[in-house]
Amino acid sequence: MATKAFQKIYTKVTQITKATCSLKASGVGNEELATVNGKLAQVVKIMGEDVTLQVFEGTEGIPTNAEIVFLGKAPTLKVSNQLAGRFFNAFGNPIDGGPEIEGEEREIGGPSVNPVRRRQPSELIATGIAGIDLNNTLVSGQKIPFFADPDQPFNQVMANVALRAKADKIVLGGMGLTNDDYLYFKNVFNNAGVLDRIVSFVNTTENPPVERLLIPDLALTAAEYFAVDHNEKVLVLLTDMTLYADALSIVSNRMDQIPSKDSMPGSLYSDLAKIYEKAVQFPDGGSITIIAVTTLSGGDITHAIPDNTGYITEGQLFLRRDSDIGKVIVDPFRSLSRLKQLVIGKKTREDHPQVMNAAVRLFADAANAKTKLENGFDLTNYDERTLSFGKDYAENILAIDVNIGTEEMLNVTWGLFANYFKPEEVNIKQTLVDKYWPK
Amino acid sequence: MSTKGKVKGIISNLVIIAVDGPVAQNEICYIETGNTKLMAEVIKIIGDNAYAQVFESTRGLQVGAEAEFMGHMLEVTLGPGLLSRNYDGLQNDLDKMEGVFLKRGEYTFPLDKDKLWDFKPLAKPGDVVAAGSWLGEVDENFQPHKIMVPFTFQGKYTVKSVVAKGQYRILDKVAVITDSEGKDIELNMTQKWPVKKAITCYTEKPRPFRLLETGVRTIDTANPIVEGGTGFIPGPFGTGKTVLQHAISKQADADIVIMAACGERANEVVEIFVEFPELEDPHTGRKLMERTIIIANTSNMPVAAREASVYTAMTIAEYYRSMGLKVLLMADSTSRWAQALREMSNRLEELPGQDAFPMDLPAIIANFYGRAGYVYLNNGSTGSITFIGTVSPAGGNLKEPVTESTKKVARCFFALDQTRADRKRYPAVNPIDSYSKYIEYPEFEEYIAKRISPDWTKEVNEMKTLLQRGKEIQEQINILGDDGVPVEYHVAFWKSEVIDFVILQQDAFDKIDSVCPIERQQFMLNLVMDICRTKFDFSNFNDVMDYFKRLINICKQMNYSEYQSEAFESHLSTLKEMLTSEVVSR
Repeated sequence: MATKAFQKIYTKVTQITKATCSLKASGVGNEELATVNGKLAQVVKIMGEDVTLQVFEGTEGIPTNAEIVFLGKAPTLKVSNQLAGRFFNAFGNPIDGGPEIEGEEREIGGPSVNPVRRRQPSELIATGIAGIDLNNTLVSGQKIPFFADPDQPFNQVMANVALRAKADKIVLGGMGLTNDDYLYFKNVFNNAGVLDRIVSFVNTTENPPVERLLIPDLALTAAEYFAVDHNEKVLVLLTDMTLYADALSIVSNRMDQIPSKDSMPGSLYSDLAKIYEKAVQFPDGGSITIIAVTTLSGGDITHAIPDNTGYITEGQLFLRRDSDIGKVIVDPFRSLSRLKQLVIGKKTREDHPQVMNAAVRLFADAANAKTKLENGFDLTNYDERTLSFGKDYAENILAIDVNIGTEEMLNVTWGLFANYFKPEEVNIKQTLVDKYWPK
Repeated sequence: MSTKGKVKGIISNLVIIAVDGPVAQNEICYIETGNTKLMAEVIKIIGDNAYAQVFESTRGLQVGAEAEFMGHMLEVTLGPGLLSRNYDGLQNDLDKMEGVFLKRGEYTFPLDKDKLWDFKPLAKPGDVVAAGSWLGEVDENFQPHKIMVPFTFQGKYTVKSVVAKGQYRILDKVAVITDSEGKDIELNMTQKWPVKKAITCYTEKPRPFRLLETGVRTIDTANPIVEGGTGFIPGPFGTGKTVLQHAISKQADADIVIMAACGERANEVVEIFVEFPELEDPHTGRKLMERTIIIANTSNMPVAAREASVYTAMTIAEYYRSMGLKVLLMADSTSRWAQALREMSNRLEELPGQDAFPMDLPAIIANFYGRAGYVYLNNGSTGSITFIGTVSPAGGNLKEPVTESTKKVARCFFALDQTRADRKRYPAVNPIDSYSKYIEYPEFEEYIAKRISPDWTKEVNEMKTLLQRGKEIQEQINILGDDGVPVEYHVAFWKSEVIDFVILQQDAFDKIDSVCPIERQQFMLNLVMDICRTKFDFSNFNDVMDYFKRLINICKQMNYSEYQSEAFESHLSTLKEMLTSEVVSR
């Protein structure tokens, strides 16, 4: 899109709502940026001469004679190596007091990767957390959210994963991050001495909610720059996608769209998919892995946001507090990594898939035994054994403070099997039992 | 002189165009922006305003942009060379597109114009033909690909000439036919067809009855699907819809497999791209990709093309059915298609139905499933399209519009169950809620009696009764406690567990267990039913559990072993020993 020789200034606003304003204008392109009294806005609807703008900061204080200038382009980000180590706001402007970025200007929210050009993800991401590495192994090029209630330590776990993941670049997209959490991320990355590998785009709770809508696209444009132009392995952290979706619903509501489930816009699935599907393994070695956070309300995953997310992402990591051991664990029943099949037993030891499934099955038996106990029934000897196994398994494998290698995780699990069960009770292929059952 | 127009309004990918001439509903138009042309489909007309859904992003599009109407609906090009290709929802060949990223406004020809095909004539001068009649045949990946009189032709024609056996390109003239007024029409190997209309070049669509073997026990044994049948797989996320669907598409005994990845994850399509050229068709030993066509419209690709993708897939399926082939069509997921309809209906400001879906959703779904089926072609041959769609119910709640509408039209229901998935009992198809209406068809019963054994249906029903009984007992045990019920109850419960572990559960990632041919299924079912018919005499419930756990373990080892191999037979003899131990009452 060519920049216009002179910029026309409009000064008559015909309609104002909380998030949008309309005016009469011509020669305007769809999704073009504009400023309304200096506030950034984007064209969301054109009907003849009537143009509707979504004002990111909100329309507070905008008068009917506000000055409106169209910028002749969609939202962009300047990309170069200078992005590394910097913090930006939702408009891509530095907030760390550093200089403006110089580089190539790229439109954000760009096109999708041709599916036939993608490579199959195949590189394991080791985190040391057994609840992830053993049961829900992550793979580069994957997209996976944490499903967690707001009181759970998801940002800490995510920061841990990011630091241990050996990524070339980490791009943080913070949406509605509290100032404290923002500073937490900054400190953790700083203390680990990895700040030069981090690019952050942050919208805190102090910023207007609609601005958040730009964060994922900015973060992913930066990620694509490093992954495509420099063939780097990029890890993108998006927290919290629930607040992003809330911002979507605010805008669609102001646009008089008919809400579907849980007052979310009908296009929620496509909107979220556009973001998550940016996770990719490129043919030339670069990759984008997305780890996101979707906060739940009281563990309810049937709400439209986690529900649509679950259908898009390649699994989910579910955190919950286990009362038996008093720690937060990665819930083995509700967590899932869909791409784990690509690496487990292939990049890891051959017994990985069967050990993983057997342990989870026994843990399920333990949960049944617990229900029996709570209902006041007598426990069988097998029940008693599964209960003890369950507790040890939670403590030594599922707890998020575990930090061991994958092979050790397998050995620990075999040890737990042998402590409490006979080989025929664990339902594992005989050849593997013969080889790995502790003598 | 084609109709032209100018853009008047833009709301996301809905564009309102003021037109200067006649336009038709569903007509295709191209809108110019910058130096590209965006393809769009008319979905509503009011006066001189045509409302069109653009199949691409409308970023930068301006009021006043020129639009040109093409005079036809959305069409696919049909001809030799469709197999093994990867298309997007509009039948663009994805492999022909350059660069890592998709470019807006890039459209590619779906077939190869230069490839030479070995043509063999089937019709001779003087033959009277009609739409769908076979004129000749080329060999496409070992399938007899029929060259037919275009489906759009109406009435009778006489063959004037057909070229001799030899090598031809798809656009070379291969036949000349004469219409009733004596006008000659030259034909090449390709034809076009509007995707939203069904191809109906057949004489009859009888009730389907032939088993379509999938190698998945919980389907073939418990709830079989038939050639030309319809089925759907609803399930919350994480219950194994995609794994099950991939298993069916890999193993099913079909000539042609078409997979429509409709609004789903791109990495799942990549998995097919990677695996199918390597994996072998268990029935022919040839590479899976040779019989497969992939229509990939992943969730990040334009929404409007998502709707088109399922129609594109169905039309290609109908094309191959008209050649007398067995086609399997899989669509993952039909919910995403319904959501695409919802997004558009919403932008058109139509009055919404339940959950904001369009009011005619049930009719659209019924119409689509109705295009599948087993048919007798005009020349007496048979062909079939078996259609299996997945449904992704919001919140896992089956009482939502897409599931309910689908349930009314699909004859097989494979309900994926969250509790089963949580307990890693895969495939997580709930054996009690799921059904196959085909079991009740007398035609099917007769067929299966000949194919497997006369008492097959009886055995399967007996198995289902035992499962039901096992579930009831489990509930009782949960309420009354292990010692609150007689020991025989525990025996009955564990018998149902044997069925669950040995027949219903199957390891899709194990090389041997993943594919279970029907003979092997028959053997295992007989074995398991023999166990279930055995009377046991236990003194307490702990012994019951220990005994059956061992028994299940042996059966599972059998499932993991090559059929009738040494290992298999040795597990079998261990099992037979167990069945003669003192706990068995004589």
